[in-house]
Amino acid sequence: MKWPSWRFIRVWQRNRDVFLKLWPSEVTGFVVEPLVLLLAMGFGLGAYVGMVNGQEYIEFVAPGIIASYAMFSASFECTYGSYLRMSYQRTFDAIIATPVNVEDVITGEIFWGATRSMLTGTVILIVATAFGLAESSWALLIPLLAFLQGLMFSSIALTFTAIIPSIHSFNHYFSLFISPMFFFSGVFFPLDSFPDIVQRLSWIAPLTSAVKLIRACFNGEFHPDIWLALGLIALITLVFFVASLVLMRRKLIV
Amino acid sequence: MAVISISNVVKKYKDFVALNGVNLEIKQGECLGLLGPNGAGKTTLIRMITGSSPLTEGEVSVGGMDIKTSERQIKALIGIVPQLDNLDPDLNVIGNLLTFSRYFNIPHKEAKKRSTEVLQLVGLENRPKSNLGELSGGMKRRLMIARGLINRPRILILDEPTVGLDPQAKHLVWHKLRELRNSGVTLVLCTQVMEEAAELADRVAIMDKGSIICLAPPAELVVQNVGRTVWEIEPEDGHREPIIKALEQRRVEFDEGPGKITTYHVNDADAFKGLAIATGKLKQRPATLEDVFLKLTGRALIE
Repeated sequence: MKWPSWRFIRVWQRNRDVFLKLWPSEVTGFVVEPLVLLLAMGFGLGAYVGMVNGQEYIEFVAPGIIASYAMFSASFECTYGSYLRMSYQRTFDAIIATPVNVEDVITGEIFWGATRSMLTGTVILIVATAFGLAESSWALLIPLLAFLQGLMFSSIALTFTAIIPSIHSFNHYFSLFISPMFFFSGVFFPLDSFPDIVQRLSWIAPLTSAVKLIRACFNGEFHPDIWLALGLIALITLVFFVASLVLMRRKLIV
Repeated sequence: MAVISISNVVKKYKDFVALNGVNLEIKQGECLGLLGPNGAGKTTLIRMITGSSPLTEGEVSVGGMDIKTSERQIKALIGIVPQLDNLDPDLNVIGNLLTFSRYFNIPHKEAKKRSTEVLQLVGLENRPKSNLGELSGGMKRRLMIARGLINRPRILILDEPTVGLDPQAKHLVWHKLRELRNSGVTLVLCTQVMEEAAELADRVAIMDKGSIICLAPPAELVVQNVGRTVWEIEPEDGHREPIIKALEQRRVEFDEGPGKITTYHVNDADAFKGLAIATGKLKQRPATLEDVFLKLTGRALIE
């Protein structure tokens, strides 16, 4: 396999320029939607639920929403977004005929997906802070954590993008992988009451680790398993990053 | 001196051989026309020159560098105008050029200067802020040529540069390509338009089934392979067989196409004396590269 070079930044810059031009059409999905969810769940459902793990429900659910919408941002960007650029617009073909190689393109896409995660996470964090929800100054680390989990979800998404036969296959990706994680990674409720098997599955789901880390920084309460969560994110990112590089070269250089 | 040298190149896919031992030297400053029916291997060959397709066997070197070890350096020397539109639809005209400049690591100031230059060269200097949706097919094609020139390439590779263009736009593109060639840029021109190859190419290579079957200046190819003029016979019902038999007996070189029989290397109508050809069904015309192409690659439809 070949490793990427610093030229990946050129691809990141390309995506940034396009985003700066088109962002108004993206705001609803990644700013309005999570905020509506936060307020509806937090104040609406929260009034019935009362306290969770010794805190207000909205304080419990806010970091979960940050982590899950950071996941959505990277996942949409590196599935539908990357696939459109690769197959319909043939942007990847145009780029790899220049001194920028396939590995640089894929790395640029992954870093851009992570940047989208960070932007989304930061916007929700700022609103949550304005409502007085974030209690710890550790919350300043959350944009960085959103970026890290973005690297992970972008790498997973691009690996999938490299192997699917058509754009319709993303339905499976979202229905069978992303949506279940949204509900079973401790975003909306702790998983203590679920059967052992669900808890085990949830433990290895990539979103669970992201939620644990972001929640810890949000509330300023650290359990030793955050190190495990961080290690898991690093491992999953590394595996899928390498897989996406290898599979994309195999797909594009034929 | 050869700026691109391709030796014994083989490309095998799982179930077919796309290139079957290709040898080709492209000289500095020439325009080489690469002709061939669909599936002959033209696109595979140019993808190899730019590192977008790995070689199964053989060697490709560009500017003295090996494609296997110096992919990036080679890509920096080359401009590409692909067959399919892969302009960036999310960016406007100037945005396409500036973004592309970054891929070549051209500093922003210099990129702006070059973008203005290349837009002028292709006659789009009034459209820098246009979105791609506002451009006609011909304008997009010219923008692709402009983009291919942004790195001041020593070699410009064009894949069907005038497909789908109206005659005005086509002649404008040809004119620009001739100017580029005169300024010393090496051109590799893949095309199915024989007129284009005859018009622009110093030498023409015809490919068929993964091999180069001939390579010479276009005028020479015509004279050597089909002569200066060709005669076309349109036989009436029932006369086809006897005419073909007679031509065979008289040792006239000919091909059977759909409806027509085309003869080569025949100088005057005496060759057809006494044949049952209705008046007006025997026509003479100057031979073209297209006759050579059809003779060498066959008249049957290639799927």
